[in-house]
Amino acid sequence: MRYLPLTPSDRQAMLAVIGAKSIDDLFVDVPAQAQLDGPIQGLPNHASEMAVERHFSELARQNITASHHPFFLGGGAYKHHIPASVDHIIQRGEFLTAYTPYQPEIAQGTLQMLFEFQTQVARLFGCDVANASMYDGSTACWEAIGMAGRITKRTKALLSSGLHPHYVSVAKTMAQYTGDRLDTALPELSAQTDSLRLLDTIDDETSCVVVQYPDILGRIEDMSAIAAKAHAHGALLIAVVTEPVALGAIKAPGEMGADIVVGEGQSLGVGLQFGGPYVGLFACKEKFVRQMPGRLCGETVDAEGKRGFVLTLSTREQHIRREKATSNICTNSGLCALAFSVHLTLLGEKGLRGLASLNHALAVQAADRLTQISGVELVNDSFFNEFTLKLPKEARPVVRALADRKILGGVSLGRLYSGADALRNGLLVAVTETATSEDVETFATALQEILV
Amino acid sequence: MSSINQSGWKPEMGNADDTALATYTGNKALMLEEALIFEIGTAGTTGVDLADAPQVAARLGNLERHRDIGLPGLSEPETVRHYTRLSRQNYAIDLGFFPLGSCTMKHNPRLNEKVARMAGFADVHPLQPVETVQGALGVIYELAHWLVTLTGMKAVAMSPKAGAHGELCGILAIRAALTARGDARSVILCPESAHGTNPATAAFAGYAVENIPATSEGRVDLAALKARLGPDVAGVMITNPNTCGLFERDMRDISDAVHAAGGYVYCDGANFNAIVGRVRPGDLGIDAMHINLHKTFSTPHGGGGPGSGPVVLSEALAPYAPLPFVVKDKDHYRLVEEETAGAHHGSSFGRMVAFHGQMGMFTRALAYIMSHGADGLRQVAEDAVLNANYILRSLEDVLESPFAHSGPCMHEALFSDNGLADGYSTLDIAKGLIDEGYHPMTVYFPLVVHGAMLVEPTETESKATLDQFIGALRSVAERAKAGDPSLKSAPHHAPRRRLDETQAARKPVLVWREPEQAVAAE
Amino acid sequence: MTRYFTEDHEWIDVDGDTATVGITHYAQSQLGDIVFAEVPAAGATLKKGGDAAVVESVKAASDVYAPVSGTVIEGNDALEGDPALVNSDPESEGWFFKLTLSDSSELDSLMDAAAYQAFVDGL
Repeated sequence: MRYLPLTPSDRQAMLAVIGAKSIDDLFVDVPAQAQLDGPIQGLPNHASEMAVERHFSELARQNITASHHPFFLGGGAYKHHIPASVDHIIQRGEFLTAYTPYQPEIAQGTLQMLFEFQTQVARLFGCDVANASMYDGSTACWEAIGMAGRITKRTKALLSSGLHPHYVSVAKTMAQYTGDRLDTALPELSAQTDSLRLLDTIDDETSCVVVQYPDILGRIEDMSAIAAKAHAHGALLIAVVTEPVALGAIKAPGEMGADIVVGEGQSLGVGLQFGGPYVGLFACKEKFVRQMPGRLCGETVDAEGKRGFVLTLSTREQHIRREKATSNICTNSGLCALAFSVHLTLLGEKGLRGLASLNHALAVQAADRLTQISGVELVNDSFFNEFTLKLPKEARPVVRALADRKILGGVSLGRLYSGADALRNGLLVAVTETATSEDVETFATALQEILV
Repeated sequence: MSSINQSGWKPEMGNADDTALATYTGNKALMLEEALIFEIGTAGTTGVDLADAPQVAARLGNLERHRDIGLPGLSEPETVRHYTRLSRQNYAIDLGFFPLGSCTMKHNPRLNEKVARMAGFADVHPLQPVETVQGALGVIYELAHWLVTLTGMKAVAMSPKAGAHGELCGILAIRAALTARGDARSVILCPESAHGTNPATAAFAGYAVENIPATSEGRVDLAALKARLGPDVAGVMITNPNTCGLFERDMRDISDAVHAAGGYVYCDGANFNAIVGRVRPGDLGIDAMHINLHKTFSTPHGGGGPGSGPVVLSEALAPYAPLPFVVKDKDHYRLVEEETAGAHHGSSFGRMVAFHGQMGMFTRALAYIMSHGADGLRQVAEDAVLNANYILRSLEDVLESPFAHSGPCMHEALFSDNGLADGYSTLDIAKGLIDEGYHPMTVYFPLVVHGAMLVEPTETESKATLDQFIGALRSVAERAKAGDPSLKSAPHHAPRRRLDETQAARKPVLVWREPEQAVAAE
Repeated sequence: MTRYFTEDHEWIDVDGDTATVGITHYAQSQLGDIVFAEVPAAGATLKKGGDAAVVESVKAASDVYAPVSGTVIEGNDALEGDPALVNSDPESEGWFFKLTLSDSSELDSLMDAAAYQAFVDGL
């Protein structure tokens, strides 16, 4: 077995040192009836590298890939071009095969990277501080709701109807167990968000208001009024960003008064990967830092006075606080945070602003082209790189028919909101720098044919 | 002599003196200091070439960004060099032995990286129509089959993002099962030696946590456990093999007693590497167990994630598994999400994450599992246990091993700081090992052993590596017992000396800020 | 003014029905460098034995229990900016909170300085 270095004679020599006759002597504490006599039945034995690779190639071939076909999916995961150096850097063994930096003297690489990442995220979101990342956007969103509950000592969370339905689902699952009360609503196929409902509902029992920006239908709305009303009632505003590239073109949530800003960082550096691993972004105002979940990296000095970095404020965490921890989270999404940070370093201010303008311009052009099709309407007044079309018929079969032509033509709202008849004609279309004008034309032509 | 070129290079050994010489740059040859991107990058620099954006009328809802973000950029060569320099300040498995107990730092095969990057898996969107992702769903289904078969369980929830997230999944399934039978129970029992995530998870799910005492040999006290069981106990969370490195001999009796009292058994699967292929947790009466794919199945730790924590479930808990999951109808895979769950999986406790879990980890873990096969995985457990016992028996004369009398250890060897010179601690041994070129073992865990040192060698280390490590740890331990003052200031040779964690926590500096503008002098 | 001690290493100065509470020299030496302290707000009602404050070192977090029942008059806000006061002057400037006693008979079960010293010596 190519990954196992011990030879039969090594094993014999080691057993002799231990004073055991056979390997079975080392398993004496396992009751005999729980031990298997030999390899588990019904499973194949070991395989060569070539055989395994062949098997995966076979499976990979059965999937239609984003880069090789006209592709317009978004809905919380976005296709962007990832510079070649990003993957090179994350494959360096010193990053890939390191552990959590618990011994800071020999983990300054990971720690400095995390400090840079935290600063990038905080600046992008317009917040004072950020943590070293969470599992993904949906879990970061739930953790933010829990954090708001700890800060305000209230349990009523008001969720915008524009929040990603999977994020809502995750929050609902968790709220069953924590006693939090969630006020939710379905979105409408309209340019109007439900911000008036939110403004009307905030009261002195509200812990937080959760608003996605841009929202699930791609709409962009100023959150300042909601922030002001929430603050007047002692509640917090949590902003959720699922497409961080947008923040190269539009105001940061922190500028509009958000207290906690969370997001999905997949867009930068990480890639689609069929849904994971992704990277949860988590930032907030400095005064709330001790209620924050997850790891934090901080600056300090070593015994010689040189600048260095350590994991800090760890008394919030499960390994010390146990049942009183701020969260049970025990990991971050370190390597994805690295990919995010490298990509953002390559872009820089100039690159991110340029990338954002390009995305928006291409999306505007695509929206104009697609709405030339008879019966297709644009729902949004405002959007960044993703918008919602209202089709003259149910969108889900249309998406399948497009897929039959090897066009990945967006996400049907029927997939995201099963059973919501008012939304079934809605189609989410994301247009990034990876979509060529030929792709848009192919998509538009096919959509027109299918809708006839 | 005149015809000979006198200007050439003459080898010269110089003076081999040890005095540390301060350099202009602060660098020490291959040990290179690196500034922050905020200190070396500029807003106008970029390492990416983009097409110009076509001119359009913006539709950004009058929310155009006017303020600068404050993001420095670097060109590609500067970027590659920045991160390469940072990487060289990290210890890693690729570099050397990494015996971090309960973390299972085994070799990460590069085949796994290669298959995970195949476009068919890396470049597909989670919301594509299922007809376009049959191969990706096939990976999830095949891995699920392996995990269920290797553990002897009924079903597996694949979506949890990490071990602690998997724990939460298991406890939520237990709570859902109890709720379904109208049985409100309020207590989860955990051994004192449990990893901190166990009580944190139980508390999150709304349970009070009570400790189960241990016997003097480091195992769960069965009699005390039985005495505590009752109608208020929802279940137990037990790590097996446990955090002291021992197999819980009475596991079957524990499970039977808990079941008889109407509770469920959660097993923390962090230490599955010791028994994979030899013991099926399902045969021990376990109802739920998370599997850290980044431990037993070798997906890379990545400097602290991403992990992946699928949870295998017994017949009793399977109906409550979270959404989504993959089912197979003849040759076609389906994804059961909210819309189809109603009819076929109405008891699910809900969704834990957006999308379907850590696909990039599933491909890697499946490649690892297929490479080993049923025979190789059994060998994994046997070699991991052999390596740990070899370390335990080779060092028990120099370091106290509190449970050495309790029989063979499983895949990790536990030592305490008993017998070190006055004022010397486990921390000093750890820092001394850094100078010897090792990543230290896990220290101060489990909490039940004073100054604990938990050494987990894993199966991917050769005998020669173990022998050298044993020699190094023996040497450092002897220095700690003799009170060698140089150990108190170790590490001496790492990129940094000991760091001031008190300052970091008292005045947290969590983001970089521009230095105060220097006041113009005169 | 009388000073009492608890087995949880707290000191209590009692002046009439007002008490000032902190942790002892011995407690701070066991905890090591204190990096954070959270004190109760004025008006909070404390029950003897219940959680009253939190004190954190780099690697440990400890709850400070209310040694007696009462209503908080004042928390020591100076600890927020300078938690090191708990190390440098635990039994004076590093106090945690003041409260109005609700049941002065609870003081009867506490130790005096000599008894506490004997208790610490026995640890």
